Amino acid sequence: MSSYQTIQVLLNSNIRDVKGQKVAQKCQTQLNIETGKVQSTKLYSVNYALSNDQVQAFGEHCIKDQVTDNILVNELYQPTDYACAIAIAKLPGVTDDEGTSAQMALADFLNIDIDVNTQHIFSQEIYFFQNELNAQQLQLIAKRILGNPLINHFTFATKEEGKISFAPYVPKVQMTVDDTTEYIDLELSDEELIHLSKTKVLALNLAEMKAVRDYYRNEDNLEQRSALGLSKQPTDCELEILAQTWSEHCKHKEFNAVINYENKETGETKKVNSLFKTYIKGATDKVMASLTDNNNDWVVKVFTDNAGVVKATKDKLFVWKVETHNSPSALDPYGGAITGILGNNRDPLGTGVGGAKLLFNTNVLCFGPPSYDKPLLSGQLHPRQIMEGVVSGIEDGGNKSGVPTVNGSVVFDERYAGKPLVYCGTGGLMDYDYHGAPSWEKPIDDGDMILVAGGRVGKDGIHGATFSSIEIDEHSPMSAVQIGSPITQKKASDFMIIACQKGLVKCSTDNGAGGLSSSIGELATISNGAVVHLEKVPLKYSGLKPWEIFVSESQERMTIVAEQDKYEELAALAKLMEVELTDIGRFTNTGVLEVCYNNKHVAALDMEFLHDGVPQKIMEAVWEKPELHEPELATDLDYNKILLQLMGSLNICSRESIIRQYDHEVKGKTIIKPLMGPEGKAPQDAAIVRIGFDSYEGIAVSNGILPRYGDIDAYQMSAGAFDEAVRQIISTGGSLPNTQEKDGIFWSINDNFCVPDSDYNAETNPDGKIKCAKLVQMCEALYDMATYFDIPLTSGKDSMKNDFKADGVKISVPATILYSMSSKIQDVRKTITSEFKAAGDLVYVLGTTYDELGASEFYSLFGELGANVPLVHKEVAKTLYKKVMAANAKGLISSSHDISDGGLAVTLVESAFGGQLGVDVDLASLGDLPLNAKLFSESHSRFVVSIRPEDKEAFEVLLGDQAYYLGTVTAATQVNIQDKGAAVVDLPVQELLESWSNGLIL
Amino acid sequence: MVKALVLTGFGINCEEEMAAAYKLAGAHADIVHLNEIFINGFDIHNYDILNFPGGFSFGDDIASGKVMANKIKYKTLPSGQTFIAELKQFIQAGKYVLGVCNGFQMLVRMGLLPNLGEQFEQEVSLSHNNSGRFEDRWVYCKVSEDCKTPFLKGIDVFPLPIRHGEGKLIIKNEELRNTIIEQKLNCLSYCTADGSLTSDYPANPNGSDLDCAGLSDPTGQVFGLMPHPEAFLSLYNHPNWGQIKRKNPSISEDGEGLNIFKNIVAHVAQEKAIEV
Repeated sequence: MSSYQTIQVLLNSNIRDVKGQKVAQKCQTQLNIETGKVQSTKLYSVNYALSNDQVQAFGEHCIKDQVTDNILVNELYQPTDYACAIAIAKLPGVTDDEGTSAQMALADFLNIDIDVNTQHIFSQEIYFFQNELNAQQLQLIAKRILGNPLINHFTFATKEEGKISFAPYVPKVQMTVDDTTEYIDLELSDEELIHLSKTKVLALNLAEMKAVRDYYRNEDNLEQRSALGLSKQPTDCELEILAQTWSEHCKHKEFNAVINYENKETGETKKVNSLFKTYIKGATDKVMASLTDNNNDWVVKVFTDNAGVVKATKDKLFVWKVETHNSPSALDPYGGAITGILGNNRDPLGTGVGGAKLLFNTNVLCFGPPSYDKPLLSGQLHPRQIMEGVVSGIEDGGNKSGVPTVNGSVVFDERYAGKPLVYCGTGGLMDYDYHGAPSWEKPIDDGDMILVAGGRVGKDGIHGATFSSIEIDEHSPMSAVQIGSPITQKKASDFMIIACQKGLVKCSTDNGAGGLSSSIGELATISNGAVVHLEKVPLKYSGLKPWEIFVSESQERMTIVAEQDKYEELAALAKLMEVELTDIGRFTNTGVLEVCYNNKHVAALDMEFLHDGVPQKIMEAVWEKPELHEPELATDLDYNKILLQLMGSLNICSRESIIRQYDHEVKGKTIIKPLMGPEGKAPQDAAIVRIGFDSYEGIAVSNGILPRYGDIDAYQMSAGAFDEAVRQIISTGGSLPNTQEKDGIFWSINDNFCVPDSDYNAETNPDGKIKCAKLVQMCEALYDMATYFDIPLTSGKDSMKNDFKADGVKISVPATILYSMSSKIQDVRKTITSEFKAAGDLVYVLGTTYDELGASEFYSLFGELGANVPLVHKEVAKTLYKKVMAANAKGLISSSHDISDGGLAVTLVESAFGGQLGVDVDLASLGDLPLNAKLFSESHSRFVVSIRPEDKEAFEVLLGDQAYYLGTVTAATQVNIQDKGAAVVDLPVQELLESWSNGLIL
Repeated sequence: MVKALVLTGFGINCEEEMAAAYKLAGAHADIVHLNEIFINGFDIHNYDILNFPGGFSFGDDIASGKVMANKIKYKTLPSGQTFIAELKQFIQAGKYVLGVCNGFQMLVRMGLLPNLGEQFEQEVSLSHNNSGRFEDRWVYCKVSEDCKTPFLKGIDVFPLPIRHGEGKLIIKNEELRNTIIEQKLNCLSYCTADGSLTSDYPANPNGSDLDCAGLSDPTGQVFGLMPHPEAFLSLYNHPNWGQIKRKNPSISEDGEGLNIFKNIVAHVAQEKAIEV
């Protein structure tokens, strides 16, 4: 048992073992394994020099619950009434928050100063199973239900001589210290250069490798290097810095590439010089000019910081960012999602000076179906396991940080079974004024201190940035997994907020992809240089090489820039708040990024080359329209049956079992939550969050995502998703921007592209040209929509390699774009929810319905795609939205729900059960469209609204021919839909609600 | 003026809305990091009401509120005594303590609630919800007749959000259970809309014994509850505000959770007036 002492926690026999029961139930429902009774226990292995009595007393007082628990100290539970057991420990180096918290408890209990920053107490869980299970079943339970082999160590035990016993595994990190720096020869053949890039996970292509080689051939650079004691060859640290800085993840090389585009459908050819500059920045530049023309000056900072910044109120800025964390979530769903959300929280926190107060989280998730039954490829996790892990990661990441998850969306498609998409968004507020200076700027001068605050550095997350820039395969590096610690981050973020309030921080940024290499490398562009001393960086355990310290993506760290005379006060505050703060270097103006270890240089790179030396990529795009046709469906459809099926289908059904696991109202400011109405069943369009307790000003948040439309038309998919995000905000009572001078109605978009590998290669990616063409079309739609609606893109992200390759098979995601939008709400009390409010109200559909069932949820019930994808008519849409705004200004609309997946029928049903009311309508006003189209077409820019009967005239005058009267809200809870007097649907609301509620149970 | 102290740090995250609640109720409120007390010797005795807000102190590790309770019981302050000793003095001085959600879990684990034995030993526990998961949902709460705490004065049935994974009350033994009932310390219970107590999920969201949502100590000065009154300061926090306002357009724009804070602030103000 070496030097470890143990404390094992058992529930008293009269206490219900909720965790054990949950495991038994999951084994049964997900794996079809009958485990019998399951008992859960916890084990702590303590590696401090303590007496047996001290550990006994610590266990009794600080670990054991006096009412529910019993403990065993230095003795392991060896039950006789169970047949087998699985112990789940962490692998070496994996964050063990529970162990760390126990360490803090020990320090408090004994009132002694012990090292709590490195791991001395290790926690693990042990489950005992009543039934005899074979090795294969135990393996399956361990890997699918209890843990993940990438981060967990499993110990299996079966009954021997009447009892179960085993030695506990302790994940002590044991590495020999190796702080050598290696020089790497780049005078190699092309083939060897590519091989080097691959074996070192540099993710650089041949042209980029050659550009690096040429830098080291340059005589001017050599002189400078030898002055600093470096040879003419690059060090491992330099190559790693270049690889991180030039990674697709950080440099967006494909969005900055030259694309030769040919549209075979129209005959058009063009050369696009950077999708980003042409369409995204191009759109924003045009929008800003249009806003300025109208004296709307709320855009403050776009693209150049961790998050976009707009002016929210007279003295507050709104800062927000949405990004993806797909690759890490594919490998370790819980860890990937939690680091995704925590990492994204650090973006607003590290924008401008820093210290924004976080207001909300939002997340959009794309998964394979939970019932996926294809054989799993090597390294591929089951979609259900990915979904459950990601959801718990978001739950812990948001809940434990005290940031409400105010809305989101979940999309299912088999093509997300390899790589899920995990979009995390966070909005925050910061004061406009920072002690007399602009808070959104990042001033840095020669001599300013480089400080790191928060968590320590380990091997976790090394190569995250480069790894996410290539497709996942069965050889993906284990060290790419990052493990989040919400409590560490909460302490760091509390510290940042107070430090900024006190004016102690000059500016800051977060440590995400690329670690210190990226955060310091980018900040150093402001002063034009930096010197970093890596031996000062606090480590989780010894044994890291200098380059590993510099590029590690260990989480929960902020890089702070401070003036030297503020350091003492800042350090005192950090000590008080128990946040580790370390001085690791100085900013300079030498034009060089210098990295030292024990006073010897391990890297010296020219700032200009580092940031601007990457060669521009060239890509090919060719568009050919797919051959598609509309299906012929039976003419005698049973619409009661179809509507029930549709309500329960994966992309329409209730997300309640996910939503309720997220705290969506901490901070007490959430006004429109994901589920509203008398029973909390009404799904909403946009979320509304109040800015403070002293005003009713608020912010609306929405998400538009429609990947399946892209199978027919990528332009319309992108334009449609844009419209979806806009109309959700209009539906809840928002107003379009720039319709009046100086109205202060800000809008801000985060665009997030997630596409399969779109770089053509005849062997490995033969359809790359079409994928690239889709990307161009998505960008064209973005430009057209943003400039038409005058909505700026303030920040965004592109994730370009969403492919999962193993065993010779490739699973690629469909080209996906998410538009996340936020906008100012003048008075949250005037916002509108989706559920019907009272019987007798009149029901209308606003906006024109077309025969557009292509890629609809209705067609997918029949396994059909169709051809008539919904088209966006942006001019018509804008006119309608202005009318809706006018109606809302007069308080004429009682409920409003935008029409999306499932079309009109589904929207009517949701508004009815949401308000615990019924609805009686006739679709005659929609004219001579086919009945299927009237019911289920997903035509854009439409709403189902209800109004008070006494407002009929005023409402109809305002909305004109865009309002189609359908019928009334009824007290009887029945959904009755007719078409020209003929019965179509007649169902109890309760039956529809049940079908909707039972479609997805987590 | 009535002064409320709101504690924060180590993962507490509802301190701002708690402070806002006191301000809306007419009191002065300060948010103070716990280490101001533990390291700098900040004096709590200048305040009338001490508040442990919700959140995830130490990430709910070991058990919710456990590590913080441990700190409060055992860590030595600059004064040489423990924080719990200060708390005893605070309560003996006739002052008030409120714990919400994670704050309630702390109070229970450090023995401030229900404290029948007056020994500040843990007598009940708040354990994993029967659903086995964290849940955010709105529930109805019923205030028991003859309840002892001024926090709940004049309130009958009202809705509040719960947001927790460990809220199921478990009482150590039958004798304690009977005493809790006799002394009417189970002052707040989960109920249906009409006010009938219920053990049925989800109206009772966690399977709590006695359908209990909140407890007071025998003096009524210490009160803890799982639901979040500070998250219902405005009518517009309620998930059904749309229909509520439609039915009653002139309804107050205050949320019903605010009443708890108004109650205690008024009560303390009255006590202070008498003292003067």
